[in-house]
Amino acid sequence: MLGDLISWFGDGANWRGSGGIPAQLLAHVEFTLISLLIAAAIAIPLGLFVGHSGRGGVLLVGASNAIRSLPTLGLVTFLFLLISGAEAAAIIGLVVLAIPPILAGTYAGVSEADRVVVDAAVGMGMTGRQRLWQVEVPVALPLIMGGIRNAVLQLVATVAVAAYVGLDGLGRFLLDGLKILDYSAVAGGALLTALLAVLLDLVFALLSRIVVPQGLRVAARGAAAGGTHP
Amino acid sequence: MIEFQAVTKRFPDGTTAVDELSLSVEEGTITVFVGPSGCGKTTSLRMVNRMVEPSSGTILVGGEDIRTPHPAVLRRGIGYVIQQAGLFPHRNLLDNIATVPLLSGWTRAKARARAGELLELVGLPAELGKRYPAQLSGGQQQRVGVARALAADPPVLLMDEPFSAVDPVVREGLQDELLRLQDELDKTVVFVTHDIDEAVRIGEKVAVFRTGGLLAQYGSPADVLRDPADDFVANFVGKDRGYRGLSFLDSTGLTLSQVPTVTIGAPVEATGSEWVLALNEQRQPRGWRSPGSAPSAALREGDLHAGGSLHGHGSSLRGALDAALSSPAGQGVVVDDTGAYLGVVSAETVLEVINRGSAG
Ligand SMILES: Nc1ncnc2c1ncn2[C@@H]1O[C@H](COP(=O)(O)OP(=O)(O)OP(=O)(O)O)[C@@H](O)[C@H]1O
Ligand SMILES: [Mg+2]
Repeated sequence: MLGDLISWFGDGANWRGSGGIPAQLLAHVEFTLISLLIAAAIAIPLGLFVGHSGRGGVLLVGASNAIRSLPTLGLVTFLFLLISGAEAAAIIGLVVLAIPPILAGTYAGVSEADRVVVDAAVGMGMTGRQRLWQVEVPVALPLIMGGIRNAVLQLVATVAVAAYVGLDGLGRFLLDGLKILDYSAVAGGALLTALLAVLLDLVFALLSRIVVPQGLRVAARGAAAGGTHP
Repeated sequence: MIEFQAVTKRFPDGTTAVDELSLSVEEGTITVFVGPSGCGKTTSLRMVNRMVEPSSGTILVGGEDIRTPHPAVLRRGIGYVIQQAGLFPHRNLLDNIATVPLLSGWTRAKARARAGELLELVGLPAELGKRYPAQLSGGQQQRVGVARALAADPPVLLMDEPFSAVDPVVREGLQDELLRLQDELDKTVVFVTHDIDEAVRIGEKVAVFRTGGLLAQYGSPADVLRDPADDFVANFVGKDRGYRGLSFLDSTGLTLSQVPTVTIGAPVEATGSEWVLALNEQRQPRGWRSPGSAPSAALREGDLHAGGSLHGHGSSLRGALDAALSSPAGQGVVVDDTGAYLGVVSAETVLEVINRGSAG
């Protein structure tokens, strides 16, 4: 089995052409990032608005949970039949899938911002907009980034499954391999998908380190060490 | 400077937090709102910077109705300090302090420079400027909170239990610091606390609130302690209020008595029925000879009863009473700046002065 896997990776034919490993890897990354971008563009502003204004929080949590309980593959298949375009159907499905974790992270980050700190911001004379951008968003960044990382992991896995409706990506190796009972291709595809997930998570962890303000990381470390007052 | 005119706040749930409050806070004083929990102190304070909107009545700051300017603009002109400091966790101390100047459109360089000055003003070393709030102790955070409130040099400072989350020793330091700052800056300060001792310590005026948002008494700390308006106030300021009153009345008006004295190293006769105070060459009290002591050719310090605490002439009456109560002779020893003997006071004398209120 391991030998087969190694020889599958060693076979130059698997690395060439539009169905080769690099091309499918790229396609997989593309679908993941495009869906992520669209989902973030919808979920972050919505989460910020609801968290900041405190209006519609209950509705938002309910809707998120409803979406979360949708079977993704079923949704993608349904959309595929509806729009009869694999890519559009898949991307809509993926976006729907990625919205809840980002929305939840953003909403929680803003609405759970320390009330005392928000109160101080108002008392200092910040307008609503200033309070949002200067206090609530920076303070929410760890949770927003957490939501994005969750979404990325789910997207990488689901893009693979969406090969079922004909989408390109690493899922092709899984699905096509299964059809012709080429188990080394299946194993290779699975391994590549897992590696991609780990790698992207690392990239976003790094991004998170860059965008989360240092003061918050210091505070989190202090809290983890058992006290904020050294 | 701050004028409450029949101000009432009723919350939607029907709670009357503040009831027809009329009070005028004098310019350049520290006025303390004090009272039991839930009596409307915070609500009264927060109405001044429109964090809470009054249900009826008018509030003037510097003669202007606070409803005239935009709330954000009003707040930038009023310093606000809260209990848990409420520092922005993602900003370092300098940027925290520079908040209001930046909101008011100062350049970044000017705001930073100002923040540096303020850090120093509240007694924190400049090196701390780059630190984050999570890296400070509670007391240091409160100092930064005060610095942040003072940054744009507002004439009015609102402080809501700013020191009650820190331990008593740190609190006392912070109170002293506030008094020192106030000497320098001359702000109009409204300070909320539920601790009558704190109120008496830092307030030039004290407003005692009772539950239901009613003003029970408004006056100087001495007035409130000496002459409570009713049983509620008397109860609130405490049974031992006479004693509490001592700590801020100065004692220059105390009449001193004299006792016989002897010098250490000199020959002494037997004492009669009186206590005799022993002094050294510099006339500093070293202890007492009890009644009925035997004569000696050279008085030794080892033969004396240890004296009680000494009272520096003109310092607080509380010190005078401590000295009287801790003295074996029942007489507190009063000394001058060099520690030399001036005279003695009895506990009765001190208490009489309190009751007359004539030493303040
Ligand atoms: N937003 C609100 N809605 C309803 N009732 C409120 C609200 N804020 C305060 N109250 C009520 O108004 C009354 C006065 O509250 P306030 O916070 O002014 O008291 P306080 O004197 O500051 O008390 P403490 O010493 O506990 O801080 C209380 O009975 C409180 O429960
Ligand atoms: Mg309060």
